[in-house]
This record gives sequence, structure tokens and C-alpha cells, in this order.
Amino acid sequence: MTIAARDFRELRLEGMSRNFGTVNALKDVTLGVKRGEFVALLGPSGCGKSTALNCLAGLLTLTSGSIWLDKTRIDELKPELRGFGMVFQNYALFPHMSVRRNVGFGLKMQGLPKADIDRKVNEALNIVRLANQAEKLPGQLSGGQQQRVAIARAIVIEPPLVLMDEPLSNLDAKLRLEMRAEIRRIHDLIGSATIYVTHDQEEALSLADRIVVMRDGEVRQVGTSEQLYITPAHADVADFMGYRNIIKSTATPAGGKIRVKVGGAEIDATPIEPVTSGKAVVAIRPDELHVDPNGPIAVTVDSAQYHGHDFYCSGKMADGTEIYFRSPARTKRGDTLRLKVDPARALVYGDQGQ
Amino acid sequence: MTATADNSRAADSGATLSRWLAQRELDRVTLLVIPAVAFIILLFVYPFFYGLVLSLQPKTGDWLANYRKFFSDPWLYNTITTTLALAIPSTIINVALSVPIAMRVRRLHRRRILTTILVVPITLGTVLIAEGLLNYLGPQGWFNRALMFFGVIGSPVRLVHNYTGVMLSLIISGFPFAFLLTLSYITGVDPSLEQAGATLGANARARFRHIILPLLAQGLAINICLSFVQTFSVFPSAVLLGEPAGATRVISIAAYQAAYEAYDASMASAIAMIMGAVQLLIVAAILATRSFLYRGSAGSGKG
Repeated sequence: MTIAARDFRELRLEGMSRNFGTVNALKDVTLGVKRGEFVALLGPSGCGKSTALNCLAGLLTLTSGSIWLDKTRIDELKPELRGFGMVFQNYALFPHMSVRRNVGFGLKMQGLPKADIDRKVNEALNIVRLANQAEKLPGQLSGGQQQRVAIARAIVIEPPLVLMDEPLSNLDAKLRLEMRAEIRRIHDLIGSATIYVTHDQEEALSLADRIVVMRDGEVRQVGTSEQLYITPAHADVADFMGYRNIIKSTATPAGGKIRVKVGGAEIDATPIEPVTSGKAVVAIRPDELHVDPNGPIAVTVDSAQYHGHDFYCSGKMADGTEIYFRSPARTKRGDTLRLKVDPARALVYGDQGQ
Repeated sequence: MTATADNSRAADSGATLSRWLAQRELDRVTLLVIPAVAFIILLFVYPFFYGLVLSLQPKTGDWLANYRKFFSDPWLYNTITTTLALAIPSTIINVALSVPIAMRVRRLHRRRILTTILVVPITLGTVLIAEGLLNYLGPQGWFNRALMFFGVIGSPVRLVHNYTGVMLSLIISGFPFAFLLTLSYITGVDPSLEQAGATLGANARARFRHIILPLLAQGLAINICLSFVQTFSVFPSAVLLGEPAGATRVISIAAYQAAYEAYDASMASAIAMIMGAVQLLIVAAILATRSFLYRGSAGSGKG
């Protein structure tokens, strides 16, 4: 295999900001990415993750801040001089060129001899398992195949950095799982750094070495999948990581732990952010609320959906607040149950910004 | 077995017809095209064949006499080259100018205002433009007077009542049309294709040559055809701004003179038929090149 990412040590974003008119789409983003790392930019639409990616590619200029590749400042370079591979959300394949010419385009622009282009294109097409489709036009391929061509086209120029903008969002669910594994395999094979933009937390958690959670143009938390999943640093991040129960509450300190009110009951919980005012937000994942006859939280079931392993339920607590939980046994609307939660898994945040 | 099949077929015959129509996507809404078809037959197909037949019934001589006369008299057949000498360069200039300007304009935020300004010459019509140019570019017009005032020229330059005048008017009245058409084709090219080209190392010139131009070629061919047909039938500006007895004696002037000066409707029809044939020939030649061009959408696959 000769397709391998160009060598570098670190890509650094320093105070990267971008305004659109009076809107700050990107506020002071600082981040380092090492060679071989797979980093996901995760956040809801409009959080600035695509803006960040376009700034990296050079398709948008920065309002302030800088981007460095080792000791070279690159944020003022035009996109064609950066040499990063980019995979677009709509693939952006050239519709009038065959698969072979699409993939070879970057090499042709570098002025490589035709024999070298052919050899590298064949190799890239082998990597994405499309060697037998080389002479077709993009319009003759399925969505998944077009996606593979887009990836081959981005990696064949041996970029130090591959940028991917929600590459799986146009594929159906089954193909998405397949391509997810493919993308990680190709990343590991060529050894580049990959920056992957997505709004799908599951995709980010399963693919990335590190995840950057963004909201309103700011970085909220950077960490490994486990760190983000187990201890999200903000209520926002918790919300994005599947903590469906974000309950406004009041808190009283009790030793190293903290006691919070949830639906009229008082439970022990773990503070993540300091709570000063007494007001707090409690975040609990639905699968960490267990049905237990001696549990402190009383709930009246509103609905229960069968999901194979267990039932996804929603209900109302004593004070009328909605709560989501799972039940191993069949329940129905109107049933009353009691729930408990491990104090380590009820996370408490200050109520700023809520 | 066959009997039952026949029976059911007979019973279904009403349903079969509607199904047969439905499969060809014909329903009652299709009837709405009838007025349009009637209109075309009445105003285009009928007059065309009427003219064709008329041209084959000359005042004197056999049925081809008009055509023989046209192609044996240089005063008549030279109008073809005169017209082409105006129509081809002005078409090429208009379409060629429209591409770089449209490339720039597609990124502007105030595109609407500019588009409106450009539509004005189309709505004014050629006669008003010709009158304006006569005043502006004439020997006593502002243009010559300004140049003489600043000492650029000693005596007025002749810009009207010759080939230049007609050419200028064809550019002014034809450019907005070519531009609007090009603009719509260029905005149809997915901007992410150019971005993808840029990330792959293509500079602006390479992106235009390898990505934009091939996707635009199809539209430009259509644009050239339409612009050509417009300029080929030039009449008012050739008379008002040109030299209708000499350098700008275009084919439509010959037809006009046959019809309203010689009162030979048959000859005029023959000239109109020749005019149509030349146009058709050129348009067919341009469209034939299309088979070498990419003909699909300018989008980027599914998305």
C-alpha cells in the first residue's frame, strides 16, 4: 500500500473565530489534532461545526485567530494550496467525469505523469472497493458507491488531514452502519488525521478517538467517547449524549455528595458543576432509572414502547414533571411505578444558561 | 381458459383504456395543451406552409423560378453573407461576454437590481435603442463631441449608418438576453463542485476549465442558438442604424423590399424560406456538436 498521509505532527487551531455579519458563528475555538487522530465535531445544526470545517478547508476565511500545521501558518492560504482532502455532504462528484477521472483530478492538478495517476487511482479504488466501477459516471452509481468515490478522491492526494462534512447523512440506516466501519478502516489504513463533522452522537461516539462538542459556536467539551458519555461537563453536552431527563431542581449539599429534589422526592446525586444558588439541573439517562418497589421516585406511566430488549417508557412524577425511563417488564398507561437511580449516575449542573 | 380470459377482457375494456392512458401519463389534464397546440398550428404551422406553397407559385416561370432568381442575383444572394457577417460575430461577442460577467454576478447579493437594469433594454425594443444610438453616437452626438472636446479626435468618427452602428445595437439589445440565460445556467452549477475542485488543488482557472466550462457547454450551445436566431432576423437596426442599401443590406431587408416595394409576395416568401433554411442549418450544426458534450445535470449526484 503506498497511499499514506503526508507526515506532520500537529494541527493547531488557535482562537479561531468567524462572524457572518453580526452573528458569531464560531467563537474562539482552540484545539490541537495529532497525526493519526480521528476527531469528531459534534453538535446540533447551527452550532458552528460546519463553519469550523470550512474554515479549515479554506472555503471560509477567519475573522480572527490562526491555524497552524506544525510550524506553518495556513489560515491565509487558498484552499487549493492547503492540500487537505475533503468529503462533502452531497459528495460533490464532478458529474461529467468518470469515476477514474474524478479520483484522478487532484493528482492531475499536481501535474503527475499519467502512469503514476493511473497507478494511484487504481490503488485508491481498491481501498474503497470500487475497482470494477472505474469507467462509470457518478450518476450511474448508488449513494453508497458515490460516497466511496468521494472518499477515494479525497485520500488519493495523500492529505495530512481529511475533512468530512456529515458524509453519511444522505445514506439509509443500514448503509450508514456499513460506511461508518469503512471510514474508520480507511482512516487507520492511510494514517491521516480525520476531522469528522456530525450531528449524530452515536456516530461520533463509535468512530472518534476524541469528540469536540460544540454549541452556539463555542466548544463545550473535548474528550474521549467514554469521558463524554459518563461525565458530560455541561448540561448541554449531557442533553446531546442521551441524558433525556434534564430536570430543573433545587440542591442542598450533603458532604461530598449533594441532595436534589426530583419530582417531589429527594435523592442523592453527584455534582459536576458547582451549585451556588441552590438552583440546579439534574441529568439522568433513561436507562439508568431502574424500576424498584422501594425506589424514592413515584411515577405514573404515560406510554411504553417495546424496543426488543425492554420498554422505553415515559411518565409523570408526583409534581407533574415528565420523566423517561426503561422497564424490563411490560407496563401500560396509568400504571404507577417507583424508580431509583444510582447517586453516581444522577449528574448535577448549575442552572446557568438553562 | 381462453373463454374466461376473453370475458374478463371484455368486461375490463373500459378500465383497460384508462389504464393504457394512465401508463402513458395521459389524463384529462393533458387536454389543457389543446389550446396551445391550436395556437401553434394557427399562427405558425399554417402560415409556414402557406408561405412555402406561395413561394413555389412565382409570378412568372416554373415553380422553382423564385429560388433560381435568388441564387443567380448577387444583389440578393449576398444578403446571406451580409447577415451572417453581422449575426455570427455579435452572437459570439454576446455569449462570450456573458460568461465572465455572469461568473462574477452570481456571487453578488444585489443580483436582482442588476438583473432588472439588464432587462430594460429587452423591454425597450430595438427601435428605441436605435433612436438613442443615433443621437448619442451620431456625428453631432455627445460621444463624438466629448472626444473632440478632450482633443482625442480631430473630426467626428463615423459610428452610425454603417456596419459598426448595427453591430453596436445588436450587442446592446442582444447582450441582456444572452447574459440572463448564461446566468441561469451558471447558477445551476452546484457551488460545492467548485469547492471540491479547490480542495483538490485546482486554481480558479483550472476550476473554470475542467469543472464549470464542461458543465456549462450544453447551456452555452443553446444560448448561441437562441442569440443567433435573434440577431439573424435583424431588421429595424439594420435599416435605422446601418446602410440598408450597402454594407448592412441584410436578408430581411431583401424580403421586405420584395414584398412591399416590388409587391411580389411569392418572391418575398421564397426569401423568407431561404432565411429559415440558413438559420436551421446553423442551429443544426451547433446542436450537432452537443453530442460531444456532457448532457446530464450539473448537480452533484444525490443530495
